[in-house]
Amino acid sequence: MSWKESVDYFTYDLLHLEGHLGEAINFFIYDTIKIWFLLISIIFVISYLRTHFNTEYVRAHLQGKSQLYGNVLAALFGIITPFCSCSAIPLFLGFIQARIPIGVTFSFLISSPMNNEIAIALLFGLFGWKVTVIYIGFGLLVAIIGGFVIGRLNMEKYVLMDVKPMEGELDEVKIKLTMKERAKEAYLYTRDIFKEIYLYVVIGVGIGAFIHGYIPADFVAKYTGAENPFAVLIAVIMGIPMYSNAAGVMPLVEVLTGKGMLLGTALSFMMAVTALSLPEAMILKKILHVKLIGTFFGIVGVGIIAIGYLFNFILQ
Amino acid sequence: MKIEVLGTGCSKCITLENVVKQAIAKSGKFVQLEKVDDIMKIMEYQVVSTPGLVIDGKVVSTGKVLSVDEVLAYING
Repeated sequence: MSWKESVDYFTYDLLHLEGHLGEAINFFIYDTIKIWFLLISIIFVISYLRTHFNTEYVRAHLQGKSQLYGNVLAALFGIITPFCSCSAIPLFLGFIQARIPIGVTFSFLISSPMNNEIAIALLFGLFGWKVTVIYIGFGLLVAIIGGFVIGRLNMEKYVLMDVKPMEGELDEVKIKLTMKERAKEAYLYTRDIFKEIYLYVVIGVGIGAFIHGYIPADFVAKYTGAENPFAVLIAVIMGIPMYSNAAGVMPLVEVLTGKGMLLGTALSFMMAVTALSLPEAMILKKILHVKLIGTFFGIVGVGIIAIGYLFNFILQ
Repeated sequence: MKIEVLGTGCSKCITLENVVKQAIAKSGKFVQLEKVDDIMKIMEYQVVSTPGLVIDGKVVSTGKVLSVDEVLAYING
């Protein structure tokens, strides 16, 4: 018996639920447990791979790389390195100290939260590998181009803290861990993340289940589908304050796309949720001039909106 | 022995400091504990992801909260 059949049996045969209520509850049970399972397994795999890298390692490897190559490398490193907005200041200043151009640093700062393990796990579980690949690919593109453009704008003077660049090269960073230690670290990390987000998943799927069971598709399509030319723009603005809630937001987006929300709009929304984080901006404000943070948000925002419209246009 | 916890005030840094305190109490040894929140000093240790743990001037961990037992293992060395 597949997972879907088990849940069907439970809701329709054992509980004798019918109609909208049955559909909503069936969906809720099916989705919550499926997403929990996927989150745990995918986050474990990603955090295991991650034990081979850390931010100090990335910094040593980005030092002395040429402009565009540095942007590409920084964006790629962003996929595999964990990012916590609380570390944004030491990261930013530490990169300057190593004479890494700020454009390259921004490529990393855009890519790392956008390609975070929760987003990737949810995308893969809810939308399948194709959408995940599109999301990561275009996310990297925004990070590379965004960082490159910021690098060209000569905005170094907007870094408010005076950091003395170091001389010479950084030492090679070596991380020596046994397989057991890596597995243990991955397990602890997965456990902590799951504790933080499992409730958001329940809430997100709960609201999703309600929409799934009660809200008609043409209503969703009217506001988030092709009929609304501003859908992408609104989605991006709505996504900015939702950073910590990616786990709750994504199940909701899945339901909305099922009911007629265009995929480009959904992609833009999810990218805005992860890449444009208000708390991160507040933290960076301590060391960066508002102009630089504004430029950073502006460039990423425009990039994300462009991707949304492009996709909606191509897929129509 | 001197242990320094590097962090700029994020929640993980506070957690690590508490873990270290517990580990020191458990070890029963005399250990000097210092919380370093000066960003320039943190950078002198070449740490770019906080919290960082420094024992006798040597960086032993960055970017993560260790368990009490892990810190205890470092103290007993």
